[in-house]
Amino acid sequence: MKMPLSALIGLVLTGIFLFCAVFAQLIAPYPLDAVTGGVWEGPSEAHWLGTDTIGRDILSRLIHGGQITIFVALASSLISFGLGSFLGFLAAVRGGWIDQGLSRLVDLMMAIPSLIIALVVLSVLPINLTVLILVMGLLDSTRVFRLSRAVAMDIAVMDYVEAAKLRGEGQSWIIFREILPNALSPLVAEFGLRFIFAVLFISTLSFLGLGIQPPLADWGGMVKENKDGLIYGKSAALMPALAIALLAISVNLVADWILSRTTSLKGGRGA
Amino acid sequence: MHPILKLVVQRIALGLLLLLAVSLLIFLGTEALPGDVAQAILGQSATPEALANLRESLGLNQPSYVRYFQWLGGILTGDFGVALTNGQDIGQAIGQRLGNTLFLATCAAVISVPLAILLGLVAARYNGRWPDKVISGVTLSTISLPEFVAAYFVIFLLTQVIPIFQPVAMVFPGMSFWDRLQAVALPVIVLVLVVLAHMMRMTRAAILNVMQSAYIETAELKGLSPMRVIWQHAFPNAIAPIVSVVVLNLAYLVVGVVVVEVVFGYNALGQYLVDHVAKRDLPVVQAVGLIFAAVYIGLNILADVIAIVANPRLRHPK
Amino acid sequence: MPDLLDIRNLRIEATSYPPGEAPRDVVLVDDVSVSVAKGKVLGLIGESGAGKSTIGLSAMAYGRGGVRLTGGEILLNGRNIRLADPAALRALRGREVTYVAQSAAAAFNPAKRLMEQVIETSLTHGLMSRADAEKRAVMLFGKLGLPNPETFGTRYPHQVSGGQLQRAMTAMALCPKPDLVIFDEPTTALDVTTQIDVLAAIKEAIHDTGVAALYITHDLAVVAQVADDILVLRHGKKVEYGPTAQIITDPHQDYTRALVSVRSIDHVEKPEAPPVLSIQNVTARYRGTNFDVLKNVTVDLPAGQTLAVVGESGSGKSTLARAITGLLPPSQGRITFAGRELSRDLQSRSRDDLRELQMIYQMADTAMNPRQTVGTIIGRPLEFYFGMTGDEKRIRVQELLDEIEMGKGYIDRYPAELSGGQKQRVCIARALAAKPKLIICDEVTSALDPLVADGILKLLLNLQAQEHVAYLFITHDLATVKAIADRIAVMYRGQVVRYGSKTDVLTPPFDDYTDLLLSSVPEMQLGWLEQVLAHRKMESAGN
Repeated sequence: MKMPLSALIGLVLTGIFLFCAVFAQLIAPYPLDAVTGGVWEGPSEAHWLGTDTIGRDILSRLIHGGQITIFVALASSLISFGLGSFLGFLAAVRGGWIDQGLSRLVDLMMAIPSLIIALVVLSVLPINLTVLILVMGLLDSTRVFRLSRAVAMDIAVMDYVEAAKLRGEGQSWIIFREILPNALSPLVAEFGLRFIFAVLFISTLSFLGLGIQPPLADWGGMVKENKDGLIYGKSAALMPALAIALLAISVNLVADWILSRTTSLKGGRGA
Repeated sequence: MHPILKLVVQRIALGLLLLLAVSLLIFLGTEALPGDVAQAILGQSATPEALANLRESLGLNQPSYVRYFQWLGGILTGDFGVALTNGQDIGQAIGQRLGNTLFLATCAAVISVPLAILLGLVAARYNGRWPDKVISGVTLSTISLPEFVAAYFVIFLLTQVIPIFQPVAMVFPGMSFWDRLQAVALPVIVLVLVVLAHMMRMTRAAILNVMQSAYIETAELKGLSPMRVIWQHAFPNAIAPIVSVVVLNLAYLVVGVVVVEVVFGYNALGQYLVDHVAKRDLPVVQAVGLIFAAVYIGLNILADVIAIVANPRLRHPK
Repeated sequence: MPDLLDIRNLRIEATSYPPGEAPRDVVLVDDVSVSVAKGKVLGLIGESGAGKSTIGLSAMAYGRGGVRLTGGEILLNGRNIRLADPAALRALRGREVTYVAQSAAAAFNPAKRLMEQVIETSLTHGLMSRADAEKRAVMLFGKLGLPNPETFGTRYPHQVSGGQLQRAMTAMALCPKPDLVIFDEPTTALDVTTQIDVLAAIKEAIHDTGVAALYITHDLAVVAQVADDILVLRHGKKVEYGPTAQIITDPHQDYTRALVSVRSIDHVEKPEAPPVLSIQNVTARYRGTNFDVLKNVTVDLPAGQTLAVVGESGSGKSTLARAITGLLPPSQGRITFAGRELSRDLQSRSRDDLRELQMIYQMADTAMNPRQTVGTIIGRPLEFYFGMTGDEKRIRVQELLDEIEMGKGYIDRYPAELSGGQKQRVCIARALAAKPKLIICDEVTSALDPLVADGILKLLLNLQAQEHVAYLFITHDLATVKAIADRIAVMYRGQVVRYGSKTDVLTPPFDDYTDLLLSSVPEMQLGWLEQVLAHRKMESAGN
């Protein structure tokens, strides 16, 4: 199957972002906190993207910041995904009070915007990487729960699942051999969307000063540090903003493609 | 009782129950977390006596359910308590800022709702052709932006590249309505941009869904004019999904407002909340969090009620 | 005088978008010529994909979902409308030609009252005043046998039944006094006892208003009752075109002959034998309801024979299958299978109970996991019940494929790569793999085209002779029952109203419901509809 151009672009850009994140220490021209130039210098040979509010190299900080942003987003989306899909499948297959209990709890959590809950919770908890990852992961797992429960419910009422039950198959065969293979591609696409959401979420928190704390830096925090420059026409704050937008769009393109493939795969349900 | 009235009452009752559960979550949830309000206020170096004194004066030694009912009772009678950090009356502080937040959100809604419906209609009308592709492409990229990123792009564009606005949105009591409008122009543009994309895409999907129904084909095969097909056959059925899309996205504005207020230093409820999260002022955070949650839940109830009322099957039961 | 509708060398194309491949043009209708004179009825008949609806809609120059009328002429009242401009098309649609859809429930606007929709075209085309249009609508409601014709129009679509909506749609089509009405499978979605009334109402309305009609259906017996001429289509091409009497009694083409003789399998019932399945006084209800969907059901199924359970939608026939399989544990009664009593619910049944009782579903599409190959699907029962693996399993799967007449080359394919009939065969092989004593067949031929269904029925009969397996055959189609059953149970509202050997059940005297059911099944003969109606009239006069 031929890959559309948009998905290819998305995949390449996502790959570049991931590569930079993993090898940030090797690639970045300067260390994270090194003051290597004047305040708000324009692009030059030494500083490709210029310098920031206290004269640090923006490109280096972008690469280091990307590492933190992507790490936190990835970790929290892994938590939300693992927890949400496990509980979602459990609720769909078991039904009864497990389903009722989990579903009502999720209804309750989704009755308040995630950002508001996060703000309330972070006003009490100490703000560090572990807490941020856990809070974001837990809050977002509600969405994964809803989706995976719905997908699993759709599949669980199919005749082939009933046929497996009538054959006498155990629960693990039904979940792993009958339901999971058919639920996989919507869930993979959902993982992409959850990752984007986590990137936006951590960036927003950091921008509000409630996310990644100095001396660590992430993209949202970098926007906050450099926002005053905008008034003087310095574009330093736009660089991390651009990075966030670009990463989100690239992953979105890949997720869109995976989702559209769901129905057209060999043996797919829509075929 | 008419079945539709019964459903509406049920939905509202359910919403109120949910709000009660949310208040419980906000109050007791924060209590259960491993953090100490007194410690947070006084810092790590506080002496045990000082901590004990503070706990006593804050009433922290009472059982949590007692304090919950005191808190809830206070809120129901308009008493939100006092802020830990400066001893200010929270109700009063909220009163001053709520108006500003509502003003900003209302301006954004007044612009974005008609615009989103119009663009959604255009995109659906030219489904798959270039107007649709342009609109969908642009909105897809704005959907990928967090509110503050969109805000700085707009600021850079409209204060530096084309300098027609001031980058801060100051409002103060006694300001004239016109000045106020000018002051919020930039934040409103950002909010519109952020909400518009979601609202327009969902409107487009709702209209397309209706346009693909068999009864639209029936109308076309009756030889009706395209306008009559849309107004007589598509519109009455599309109105419920569109209204609920609009209301759901207004709920989304609730979150957008918090961030945008911070970006522009706009003195309102969202800014107030974020400031006090940083200061770890729990009573303020709980009160403002509850207000945001109430607005959000209220809008969701409204969306459901409209969907119930607009459903012909429920309006004209067998 | 020229014919009302004269289609010449019509060619219709569409663009297909196969997943993962470049889009390509496909020909839906190729070189079809047909004509309809004023006041005459033309039947269009064929399997799914034959292009009959596409041709029907072309009489309004309408292409559904990107379908293009690419060649030939469509002459309506003497002028070619194939390439007419939108304004000209709007002027003729709903005025000269009107349309009755298969699913009236979806084709009516849910937000508007029926009267508004029925008279809409008469008003927008300026054909009559509102008062006249409403008068005509009420007259048509009455003629079509709708209850309380005066007030019927004030209701909303969801407030009336499916059969009534189909009549209302016919009234909507006839209201503007068109020259031609297109009926697109108007009775297919209805139960058989409802179908006969709607069919009679449509026929009478056509006759009384003198309108011409295109009647599209897949059921030759139905179209034989209303059409003057019949056009038989296959794969978008003409197979045979002639007067109804000739098509029914003297078909010239093999394909038409096959359609006419469909379901004429000559199956002689087997003699009495000891039962493999015995259902005694079974009563069941769904959880959370207080209504018994099965009431005191008692039937036996002899080993190696077929018990057909027949009834309309809502009669409880599929629920009976769920009670037997243990998916819906009965609240009362006993089920004895192969000499031992079956426990009520699935979980507490032994592996042998499960193995010996297999099931085949109506929709083969959803009965197979789309991510498993044919080999995995058929192989799993072998592995699960008999512990077969590797080559042994593969050889046995191939044997089973041979038994269902599919042969080599299918073992590694996915369900999506099979035709409808092949999918159902794979499901049969999966059931056979367990070496069952009983297979429950739930409407297994209902979703298939008639000739394909015939093949499946013959296969099932052959397998029964070889393997001595019993079938509990659930169906709403009496022709299928006659073709396959040894014993028959007629169900109505959760009860068995008639039960016995095939001959006994199908021989008078009948109870009222069985009489209604049997006499409602369209027969492949001219004038059947009139005979039945005359007979019913006589009986009701006699009472």
